[in-house]
Amino acid sequence: MNLTLKIWRQSNSESKGKMVKYNISEISPDMSFLEMMDVLNNQLIKKGDDPVAFDHDCREGICGMCSMFIDGEAHGPDRLTTTCQLHMRKFKDGQTITIEPFRANAFPVIKDLVVDRSAFDRVQQAGGFISINTSGNTQDANSIPIEKDDADRAFDAATCIGCGACVASCKNASAMLFVSAKVSQYSLLPQGKVEATDRVRNMVKQMDQEGFGNCTNTGACEVECPKGISLENIARMNREYLSTLLKS
Amino acid sequence: MSKMDSKTPKGALSEKWTNHKSNINLVSPANKRLIDVIVVGTGLAGASASATLAELGYNVKAFCFQDSPRRAHSIAAQGGINAAKNYQGDGDSTYRLFYDTIKGGDYRSREGNVYRLAEVSANIIDQCVAQGVPFARDYGGLLDNRSFGGVLVSRTFYAKGQTGQQLLLGAYSAMNRQIGRGKIKMYNRHEMMDLVLVDGKARGIITRNLINGKLERHGAHAVVIASGGYGNAFFLSTNAMGSNVTAAWKIHKKGAHFANPCFTQIHPTCIPVSGDHQSKLTLMSESLRNDGRIWVPKNIEDVKAIREGGLRPTEIDEENRDYYLERRYPAFGNLVPRDVASRAAKERCDAGYGVNKTGQAVYLDFSSAIQRYGREEAHVKGLDEEDKLLVNNLGKQIVKSKYGNLFQMYEKIVDQNPYETPMMIYPAVHYTMGGVWVDYNLMTSIPGCYAIGEANFSDHGANRLGASALMQGLADGYFILPYTIGDYLSADIRTGKISTETPEFVLAEEAVRVKLAKFIHNKGEHSVDYYHKKLGKIMWNKCGMSRNEKGLKEAISEIKSLRKNFYKSIKVPGKVDEFNEELAKAVRVADFLELGELFAKDALERTESCGGHFREEFQTPEGEALRDDNFFNFVSAWENNGSPSESTLRKEMLYYEEIEVKTRSYK
Repeated sequence: MNLTLKIWRQSNSESKGKMVKYNISEISPDMSFLEMMDVLNNQLIKKGDDPVAFDHDCREGICGMCSMFIDGEAHGPDRLTTTCQLHMRKFKDGQTITIEPFRANAFPVIKDLVVDRSAFDRVQQAGGFISINTSGNTQDANSIPIEKDDADRAFDAATCIGCGACVASCKNASAMLFVSAKVSQYSLLPQGKVEATDRVRNMVKQMDQEGFGNCTNTGACEVECPKGISLENIARMNREYLSTLLKS
Repeated sequence: MSKMDSKTPKGALSEKWTNHKSNINLVSPANKRLIDVIVVGTGLAGASASATLAELGYNVKAFCFQDSPRRAHSIAAQGGINAAKNYQGDGDSTYRLFYDTIKGGDYRSREGNVYRLAEVSANIIDQCVAQGVPFARDYGGLLDNRSFGGVLVSRTFYAKGQTGQQLLLGAYSAMNRQIGRGKIKMYNRHEMMDLVLVDGKARGIITRNLINGKLERHGAHAVVIASGGYGNAFFLSTNAMGSNVTAAWKIHKKGAHFANPCFTQIHPTCIPVSGDHQSKLTLMSESLRNDGRIWVPKNIEDVKAIREGGLRPTEIDEENRDYYLERRYPAFGNLVPRDVASRAAKERCDAGYGVNKTGQAVYLDFSSAIQRYGREEAHVKGLDEEDKLLVNNLGKQIVKSKYGNLFQMYEKIVDQNPYETPMMIYPAVHYTMGGVWVDYNLMTSIPGCYAIGEANFSDHGANRLGASALMQGLADGYFILPYTIGDYLSADIRTGKISTETPEFVLAEEAVRVKLAKFIHNKGEHSVDYYHKKLGKIMWNKCGMSRNEKGLKEAISEIKSLRKNFYKSIKVPGKVDEFNEELAKAVRVADFLELGELFAKDALERTESCGGHFREEFQTPEGEALRDDNFFNFVSAWENNGSPSESTLRKEMLYYEEIEVKTRSYK
């Protein structure tokens, strides 16, 4: 395959960026998108140019490190797929592909396609946990039966990989899908109910402080989420938050 | 040659850990506040250790090269975590888990460590459930289990095919709580460049901030290395792209002995290599062997027809399929340990029965499982069990609920639907049993420097059983290190803050600066990947699933000359003081180029076959591994003397008091 790539280049967080055009040839349809980027970078290095910086690690769709806004969509045109699992067979020979970083005020660009998503970590640090110490004397794992349906729904919410596609896809750059996935996971489990009130209040407060936008229920986040995290989680978080307000 | 002392406590096996915990020195809560601990790596071992140390009151500084601690490669572990809970009532016990692990490791691990691992395994599950880890449950609301290779009980807890993700996010949440409290200071996008010793003790590290390239000095009273394994020495492996040996190798060069580097796990069920562009390999969880049956065609004509595209695997009748694991190992069948399954796949493919274009793939087939589950479900629902279409659909739904994400992953990569046609799989490098030598307290041969999780060598012998890596990572981090480290730190309560202005820190930082500048200023012609791929080819061809003297000697000399060429002709673009991934990669590959040589040397000197280490010269007439317990019942701990070729072998003899050392049989 021969392709034209238009890629956002920005040397650091202070500098101004711009789109740069590259031509690339002999791309196999069996390559992953990131392997195609490897080929491009090796060509750039050979020429003495600066390779394109992008985040990636596990390359099997689970670590959440890869990002990229490809042809106007987070993680590209395929559904339920991270960029590292996107394969070139999804593109046509001769196609022009536009590649940009995830854009949001809360995700400043570090270099080229690499952005700073530490805001997500800080939201989790504000309350995304159950406050128990490691003791080895916690009660037996089977002492509280959990309805299979609840356990399965908690699991579904917990499969969020924290990539930020929801924020990048949202016209308001809202992080509601991400935050609500964590809130939901714990609120569906008996272990998480104890401090549910503080958790949702603190996480939402931190989310607002980080500069994420509000949710206007357009649902783009759910469509682009590589793990299929459901909008139901946002509804559940809103309910939790409302009950917190009523309690206080 | 002085021998290594494991410092395993005396006494009966089942009482060692309890007695040891009762007798070691403690640090009082008030004094813990005066003590700093550095943890490098935030996978299961590093994250659980950081969180627990901080809960205890120590000041923790944690480092990861990723953009968040949640991305460490433990996240990709799929199948599950073992624990001797005996919830299924199938006869499991601490002793049985201990025994299976020692036997699975082909009698090359330490009894005391393995027993302790089995002992704390049940606590891990309790801890994780309390943290909100959503393990799979059955309809009664209790935890579900499945089976893994090399055992005859169901003791594996799981969360679909994403168990590692759920456990890591649990440990990450425990870390987050401590970061929020200020007890852990987290350094994302930081890479450890060297260990700093003061008066022979580990007192800090030099790091590089990967965003702006700045070198930093960090002091502490102890340093814990939890940086994972070195499978990426093979270039193609199931590890993440960034997984590296650098932190472990730096401490090795500062005096920590490196144990059993040649003990590497080649996992039988990975997606086969598709071409030269390939950057990594993807694992298909071992849990699939619960329900998938592995086969190749019986007739070579069918193999040819498949390769030429004239025949589909589903068109081959039952009697013309060779379910070779079931044939060779009737007792364990498709659930033999990984090393055995991998070698059996290689044997069939070498004999010409590989089923894809490259001849390096076998089938993993779910059609029987789909039929079996479908009939069961039809029966439960009172539907017609003879309705093929209905049974097929019901069966697919069950298989999807068990392995859905794995099947989806396969389809994305290979572009074939594994519900309709068998998966193609082939072995790939997955895990390294070898690693930094540690004693019973998980301390390396450098005082104050610890190694936990995959980074150490301690519990899996020559082969790790499935679902035991997660168990070991969390056992080390939650339940072992936080206790044993206190014994060492109790002598440090009056030491005070470790200054980073001392000559030791200044010199260490300067050495790193010089090394980095050398890479940047070298006007070579080849990229880092060029060397990494070359190294990977040598490792795979000569230090892979089977090894021999000639190949290993060639590997040693080829790696040596490749390393020489690397320093002469490496080309690293950009500058030191900026985000520069090529530079970060160059540092890592430089260390792989040294480790690779030690790996081959270790494999050459161990003239026996055991577990994942298969020397062609030492096999039974049936092609099974042939151990030599008279001469090799020891851990090879390599002491660094400047370069891999000058390393000296120091032995830690293995003593079996509880277990009778036997020939491993899965027939």
